[in-house]
Amino acid sequence: MVKKRALSLKFKKNENLSSLPDYYGYYVVLLVFFPAIIIWFFLLIFKSNFQEMFVMSPVLFPDVATWSSGKFGLIMNKISNLSMIVNLSEIDLTVGDKSILKMASESEIIAAKNLANFDKIYGWSNLTLFIILPVLLGFLATKSISGKLNAQPIVEKIISYVIKGSSYIAIFITFGIFFSLVFEAINFFRYVNFMDFFFNTAWNPNRAFVINASEGFDQEALKEAFGFVPLLTGTLLIASVAMLVAVPLGLLTAIYLAEYASSKVRDIAKPIIEILAGIPTVVYGFFAALSLAPFIKDVGEGVGLPVSAESALAAGLAMGVMIIPFVSSLSDDVIKAVPQSLREGSYAIGATKSETIKKVILPAALAGIMGSFLLAISRAIGETMIVVMAASLRANLTFNPLEPATTITTQIVTSLIGDVEFDNPKTLVAFALGLTLFVMTLILNIAAITIVKKYREKYE
Amino acid sequence: MSSLEKRLAAEKRFKFYGMFAMTLSLFFVLILMYKIFSTGSGAFVRTTINADVYFDPNFIEVSSNSSKKEIMKASYVNLADQVINQNHPGLDEENFIKVREMYTRKFDYQLRDYIVNNPNVIGKTVNLDISASSDLDQIVKGNYPRNVPEAQRKINDYQLSILDSLDSKGKMSKTFNFWFFTNGDSRDPETAGILGALMGSFYALLICFSFAFPIGLLASVYLEEFVKPGKITDIIEVNINNLAAVPSIVYGLLGLGMLIGVFGMPYQVPLVGGLVLGFMTLPTIIIASRASLRGVPPSIREGALAVGATKMQTVFHHVIPLSLPGTLTGTIIGMAQALGETAPLLLVGMVAFVMEIPGGAFDPATGLPSQIYLWSESAERGFLEKTSAGIMLLLSFLIIMNTVAVLVRRKLEVKW
Repeated sequence: MVKKRALSLKFKKNENLSSLPDYYGYYVVLLVFFPAIIIWFFLLIFKSNFQEMFVMSPVLFPDVATWSSGKFGLIMNKISNLSMIVNLSEIDLTVGDKSILKMASESEIIAAKNLANFDKIYGWSNLTLFIILPVLLGFLATKSISGKLNAQPIVEKIISYVIKGSSYIAIFITFGIFFSLVFEAINFFRYVNFMDFFFNTAWNPNRAFVINASEGFDQEALKEAFGFVPLLTGTLLIASVAMLVAVPLGLLTAIYLAEYASSKVRDIAKPIIEILAGIPTVVYGFFAALSLAPFIKDVGEGVGLPVSAESALAAGLAMGVMIIPFVSSLSDDVIKAVPQSLREGSYAIGATKSETIKKVILPAALAGIMGSFLLAISRAIGETMIVVMAASLRANLTFNPLEPATTITTQIVTSLIGDVEFDNPKTLVAFALGLTLFVMTLILNIAAITIVKKYREKYE
Repeated sequence: MSSLEKRLAAEKRFKFYGMFAMTLSLFFVLILMYKIFSTGSGAFVRTTINADVYFDPNFIEVSSNSSKKEIMKASYVNLADQVINQNHPGLDEENFIKVREMYTRKFDYQLRDYIVNNPNVIGKTVNLDISASSDLDQIVKGNYPRNVPEAQRKINDYQLSILDSLDSKGKMSKTFNFWFFTNGDSRDPETAGILGALMGSFYALLICFSFAFPIGLLASVYLEEFVKPGKITDIIEVNINNLAAVPSIVYGLLGLGMLIGVFGMPYQVPLVGGLVLGFMTLPTIIIASRASLRGVPPSIREGALAVGATKMQTVFHHVIPLSLPGTLTGTIIGMAQALGETAPLLLVGMVAFVMEIPGGAFDPATGLPSQIYLWSESAERGFLEKTSAGIMLLLSFLIIMNTVAVLVRRKLEVKW
């Protein structure tokens, strides 16, 4: 707004402006803030890298190149703790935290002082960035404004780059997901054989803590620790229970809503059923663990069946209820997209409504309905909170829904809650599992989207 | 039975199946709501014990003209013990402990807060409602049965007799549990509150919005208005559709692996949680925004171009303002999903026990759904109530957000 005044000055001098006055304002604003924000962003992201470069110089620690990342992090932590003390007055150095200082080596103390200095420099450079750079740029930009400067194309160019950049962010996120999963998964497969992971039938990640005399991981124990098979069967077991609930209920609901219900019933029932999809999964998990699992256990014991308190059945049922709206609303759309002429043709040769639905509409809509099932399966496989809260943590190779079973997502969460160390296979396995999950759901989604797309084209 | 009758019967049966399936689905919604409300409503009420509190100067380390900081720092444990002795005279040591257990463990904090607000009270006697312990609270609310053997009860026979005598004197009462809305998390169910988690979720959603909304809007503008359909747009389009279907836990892994692992961002903070939620919401916003941009009729663009506007002016002055209601609706729905999302928060560490109420996006915090998860893992009955109450709060936020989205669509959307 201040910039506008500079422009009106120009106006009074009766120069011809080559752009609208507003654009000079935008021009200055963009020049002032854009570079500062970009540089600030990079400084923020790479702060820790700069820090490490500054502190961990080979001059202080000659053997730094040979350290493992765990040791590196440990020393870095120690130094950053020290730097807080170093920053305080001299009295603290000798009295209060004597023990810490005594434990630290000479070079570590120097490094800590360096770190404190670094923080100061970093703070100052940020300050410079936010005061001096904008002021300087603002001054230059204001100076450069004249009737000859055509600000509009410049501003539009910058904005068009920003727009373009933001649409590429979606791609960056995909790459980010893919690479962060792949890199850590590769790290994991350095510890554990690829074949052992995918084909072993035992899952005991705690065995990865068995460390042998040479301070390495016990290869034999690692071999036995991470077997993917029970997780896969558990995931599929719970997902199939869920589908057994969701498919008939969802499909019949969709048929009823699309073909039978009056528009009044439809208007009320459809949003209520869709509430089921909007309820956070942690709520289903709580419900499954609190009410459903004990209920199933009691019923089972009443009939004389041994049912586990963490049975796959409870988690699967809750998940099934959650998925009903996914199946019902997608199938509903698909059924309604079947051309009216097919229905009328069927009625014309004397078929009842249910016969029309069963023999004409459903076959016509089959591809789309299959697509909705695939999407629902992919939802079920990727669902986390319900299984974390209601399913078992212990792996169990079984196809009996009354027994406990664990899933891929449950194991990702359990292996990442607590201490996260990026150099331990117990943590890294989460990324290998995540990659598998990502690939599985990606295939299902692509298949579903292609099927639905093909189907739509058929009737459009 | 003739074949026509058979067919008509089949017709009826089929219709009935459909209706049955629909009713069953509706029934699930009802039973879920009923269960949550029936367990959660208790959390809004707290049992209190009425007691005469003599703020005995001999047991208080501070005086009425101490500074607020000194008052906050001092210990009031002795005062609390003294108050119990006064109100239950003649207790031996064993019984004293039993009676002490009936009051909240944070008794002394409650006294402290009273002194902070009324420094002149020292040396006087005041009649106060002291919070009962969670176990006593559950007995009074009837959630713990009284008629089971003593060994199976958390409140023993002696405590029950004290409770009954207090009750007959009219000293037991119930108040609205403000603490639930004003406190952070706590190890004791009676003092645990949701505010910390609420603020954590608020900051995370703030970050999520400021990341996902501008970028989602601009990206959809680029895809709809500036680029001719081609290879790159196809790739981006497929990409966005796939991103929308990636399980949320994978986004959590992205946050952990990239934001925390590579960029060195801190663990447990709403900044990272919010960014991860933002990544997740972005595809939803882009899809909604593109649909709404597509809904703006070409005549608007052509009109603007005809009077000499540049492409950029057409889009920013005419097309975006007209498409904004649709974009906003999509954004609010996306934010509502983000608010209920738990799994990514678990992975970026927003599930720790945090007592303080976070003051910004860089403070350690939990989120509303992760707090619910944390409480649901505790064995105590008092936390069960809190879990359900937390869920009620979460659901009411979701309902509000979705209602706002519907209203925005109804009020602002232009019909062409």
